[in-house]
Order: sequence, then C-alpha cells, then structure tokens
Amino acid sequence: MSDNVETELLLEISDLKTHFRTPRGTVRAVDGVSLTLERGKALGIVGESGSGKTILSRSIMGLLPRSGVIREGSVKFRGQEILGKSTKEMQSVWGREMAMIFQDPMTSLNPVMKVGRQIAEPLMLHLGMNKAEARQTAEKLLRDVRIPEATRRLDQYPHELSGGMRQRVMIAIALACGPTLLFADEPTTALDVTVQAQILELINEQRRDRNMSLILVTHDLGVVAGFTDEIAVMYGGKLVEKAPTKVLFERMKMPYTEALLESIPRLDQPSHSRLAVIPGRPPDLVNPPQGCRFAPRCAYVRDRCLTEEPQLTAAETPGHVYACHYPVGSPEYHERRVELSKVSTVVGGSI
Amino acid sequence: MAGTGKAHLRPEGEALLRVEDLVVEFPVGRTGLKVNAVTGISFDVLRGETLGIVGESGCGKSTTGRAIMQLPRPTSGSIVFDGQDLTKLDKEAMRAARTKVQMIFQDPISSLNPRRKVRDIVMEPLSIWKRGTKQEQAAAVDKVLEEVGIDPQRAAESLPHQFSGGQCQRISIARSLVLDPRMIICDEPVSALDVSVQAQVLNLLEDLKKAYGLTLIFIAHDLAVVKNISDRVAVMYLGKFCEIGASDDLYARPAHPYTKVLLDSIPVPDPNATVGKVAVEGEPPSPVSPPSGCRFNPRCPNASDRCRREEPILREIEPGHFVACHHPLFGGEAPVSVRSA
Repeated sequence: MSDNVETELLLEISDLKTHFRTPRGTVRAVDGVSLTLERGKALGIVGESGSGKTILSRSIMGLLPRSGVIREGSVKFRGQEILGKSTKEMQSVWGREMAMIFQDPMTSLNPVMKVGRQIAEPLMLHLGMNKAEARQTAEKLLRDVRIPEATRRLDQYPHELSGGMRQRVMIAIALACGPTLLFADEPTTALDVTVQAQILELINEQRRDRNMSLILVTHDLGVVAGFTDEIAVMYGGKLVEKAPTKVLFERMKMPYTEALLESIPRLDQPSHSRLAVIPGRPPDLVNPPQGCRFAPRCAYVRDRCLTEEPQLTAAETPGHVYACHYPVGSPEYHERRVELSKVSTVVGGSI
Repeated sequence: MAGTGKAHLRPEGEALLRVEDLVVEFPVGRTGLKVNAVTGISFDVLRGETLGIVGESGCGKSTTGRAIMQLPRPTSGSIVFDGQDLTKLDKEAMRAARTKVQMIFQDPISSLNPRRKVRDIVMEPLSIWKRGTKQEQAAAVDKVLEEVGIDPQRAAESLPHQFSGGQCQRISIARSLVLDPRMIICDEPVSALDVSVQAQVLNLLEDLKKAYGLTLIFIAHDLAVVKNISDRVAVMYLGKFCEIGASDDLYARPAHPYTKVLLDSIPVPDPNATVGKVAVEGEPPSPVSPPSGCRFNPRCPNASDRCRREEPILREIEPGHFVACHHPLFGGEAPVSVRSA
C-alpha cells in the first residue's frame, strides 16, 4: 500500500514465546512466532479469541504483567534487541517508537482527566514539552483526527464524547509522540459499522502521512482485507499462515484460513444460505494437541497431522508461508474435498 | 424515517405477532427530559417467519424486542400475540404468556446462573410450570440438550463456566425451547461469539426453527448475519423504521439512503473491494432530542428542506418492500401530503 522505495526493516521477531503460569498449568499463549515488518507497511494479525493475537502484540511492546510470565525468543526493533529491556528502558520506546490503540476507548481513557491533558501527558513526558506547547500540540492532534471544535473538546471529559470521538482521542494520544510503529488492537470492535469505516480510514490516512508501520489485530477478516499489506493468521498461539493480503485471499493454503473465511455470512449470498462451520472450538493452550493444533477440527485431517507438527513452509508466491501437511490445492486436499461433498452436512453441526 | 405508517402490515389474523404504534420512552433522571428509545413503530411477524431487526447501537432494536416481552411495559402501543394484547394483560397472565414467547440474549455466560448445574438451569422452566412428572421433565430436558448439541451427562455435572461461549449460547437456546414456545426473540445472539462458532449457532437456529415450527425475531447489528437468517428485514434508526422488505430484495436494492450507507460501511473480506469509502460522516444524534422531520436528515446525503420539516411515512415502492423516505434511491419521490401542501 505504501510507495516508499527504500525499505527499512523495522521489526524482526524470531521464535517469540509468551507463556503464563496459572494454577491450571502453563498457558502457551504465544508459542514460537517469527515475523518481520518493514517501515511503512501494515500487517494484519487475524485470529479467533484465544489464538494469541492480542498477547503477541502486547508481548512485542512489552506490555505484560510483571510476574507469572515467561517471555522467550527475540524481538528486534530497528536492529536493537528489546525483549530483555526493563520497564524503565522501554519508556524511551513507548510513545516515541511504538504506541497502541486499544479496543475499548471508554475504559482505556482516564475518566477523571480532561481529554486535553491526556493527550498532553505523553508530550510532556516523552518529548519534554512545556504545558503551553503540549496544549497547542494536543489541539493540533485533535484536528488531525478530525474532531470538530478541537479547542472546546480539550477541556471535556471522556464521558462527554461519543464512542467514535473517544476512539479518535485514543488515536490522537497514540500519534502524539510520532511513533514509527502503531499497534491497533481491535480498534473498531466497540464501534458501530458506520463509525468503524471512518476510524479505519483515519488510521490508514495517518499511517500514510506519517510513514508509520501498523499492526492491526482483529478477528474480522473484512477489516484487514482493505487496510493491510500483509496478513498473519494465528491459531492456538502459532502463526499458521502469512501472506501479502491479496495472495492470502486468492491463494490461501491453510485449511483453517479457508474455513474461517467460509464460515462468515456474506452479503452476496442469498438469505438462508447454509453456513460452513468449523466444528469444535479452539484448543486449550495448557495442553495443546500434539501435531497440528488445528487437526482436531480440520476437515482434511490425516494421521500424520495428529503426530507431526507442520513447520512453516514457503509457498510459490514470495512472502507466502503456511504450516500444513496437506494444504489447499494438494492432491490429498482434493481427494478429501470430493469425499466431503458426498456426505450431507450434519444437522446443526456438532460440538 | 418514520415508523408511523402501517402500509407494510399484513391483514390482521395472518400474523402471529402484530405490533402497532409502539412507543417506549425512558425518563432522564429528574430532568424532565426523556429518551425516545422507540417512537411509534408498527410491524408484524407471520407464523414461521423470521423478522430481522438491524440497526446501530442506540437505535432501539433491543428495546423493541424487550417491549414485546413487557420488559418493561411500553409507554404506549399495542402488541397482539396470537390474538391476545400483551400490553393489557395483568402480571399473572403475562407470566403465562411468556412461556409462549421466549428470549435469548447477547452474553450467553452471564445469562446463565453461574452456581447451578446446566441441566438444572434447562429444567427450571419445567419445574416452575410443573409440566409433567419428574421423569417426563428429565426426558424433555435431555432431548432438547441433545438437539442443541450438548451432552446431557456433562450438563448434569457441570456449571456454566465450564462450557465455552458458543456452548453457553446453545444452553440458553435449550432453556428457551424447553417450554415449547411459539416465538423466540433473539437479541444479538451471536455477536459475542467467534466467527467459526457463530456459524454453528446460526445453522442451529435455522434447524430448530424448522423442527419446532418456530417464529423468530432476530435482532442484530451485523447486516450479513441478519440477511443470512431472516425472511424479512427491518432497518431501524433512532427509534424508527426506515425500511422493511424481503431480505434478498432489501439487500439487493436498498431504497433508503441509510440502508445504503450501512451496507456500504461494512468491510468486505475481499482485498479487491474498494477501500476507505466513508459512506457517512458523523454519528447518530442523541435520542433525547431527535432531529425534526426525518431523523436521518442531519447525516443524509440526499436531505432536502422537506426532510427537515416533514416526517416521511412508510410506503410501498415494490411488492413487499416499504420505505420511509421522501427521496428514496428508487421508487420515486414521496407524494406531497396534504398537511405540508
């Protein structure tokens, strides 16, 4: 989506693990994920709840609880390792280099602090501005995110703003210190559909203007389709497929990606169309299944899938990787597809 | 954007549910102001039909669903269900009527009692109404649990939190079915679920509707989900109906500018679709002081003076397709009414 000729590797994650110690055992929320992201590019991370997509983004940024967390692997930002950094050291990265827009603008904003001060705070803290400068910049930021009557809004509290306005304020705070990498974790899930389109467009436009990289975390394949250069699909704490956005939608390899897309009701289908279902539910990450983590729910499963874990493999198109023994398009896939079309669907789908 | 107008109602007696001039208002503290949650809407649902009600948050779609159940009693209007006006029933008669109209809610986990075994939760309606002997009740519960895909054995031993969100929604559905209702009002039943699980629950609702001969009202904000399950769809905005029509017609040819805006705003899972089209600016105004005339006029690309002055009435623009708009996208301008002439 961006046209800059020079490519700069901004983020390089290798074999990142993020596990949580709980009374039930260790939850392997992120279990060996490797990714790279270039400056100015937008990456979508897609997955269902519990796939590890949110924890992955928090883990990259270092926004995790202090105790009970095991974080291994490597996160290199602009060539520098940031995984082992302390909170104090990370403070020079947060805000100025990386910033995050959260899902729920109501609970993420401080309800007893005026909007203007909440935007000015990082400006004073990270950029050393004085109060007057910070207020002026905050007002400009509010205009950038297209909040009408910016001057008046500075002195309002979050509850005086609508949901869409609050999310604009969140974006203004995240943009305040000019980050190079912006995380947006389900930025529009709490918003109405007409407002969602406005907010996504705003994020996209700011990304282009500021040559920022974006990591857009969402469960909605519709949201990532229009706003990202690349998509990473997560399942059970693992990266199962990654490809340039167009390639993913046109030539997906992973049966999970295919099943996810097929289970969404589409506007171009007539009403009462039977939806394709993925039986069962996502794996328990305390005891993830052996072999492929999607195998117990996969329609194309074979013995090998249950014992041997598939590794990420390169597909024909550059930049497209997938983790599957019998990907979409393979002879085994076709064979099973024919068998499946003969069996009528089970009523209601099973658990 | 007027719900006022009843052109779309079908002959009396054919419908299982007929709602006329429904108004629901809530007071705002002691200010003397009121929230106009639902302002004079009328609709009907035939036996075996699924009516989808779609709209953004705050448009009054959930309030409409709850008003049918008299939760709380609406400010005015009539709700005739199976020949009986629910608004006129006393408390005891309404309690009995609720066995025939059931409701399932958005958050499946919090709508189940966390401290009771799942099988007991599903059994409770039967014990309250003393339907049959203990054995008959147990048999009925096991049957309905199996039909929604929950293992009765596990249900007897487990609490709601031991099930996933999708399973809890199946349990809620089982509980609503156990009294053998005529109608189920589903208020955002799949919006808290993951897409893969959402498809399971939608298919399940379709199957149960056939098996039990149910009539459904399906309330949701997701247009694609509503289209999938509904025979007829009503689009709501700020307490009024904008458009109502057969599901496929309405989506193929929306007539109300608001319906078009809603459809255009949905991100499509297709990278070749045009991106970044912001179909409409701004957000819905407050239902405490709704705009005069057509309620959508401040955000409408086609708004004229007439829209600010005069409220449009629902009228038929093609068979079975009704719109409340002075300047719809097709079907011609609304005839000028005597009042404004």
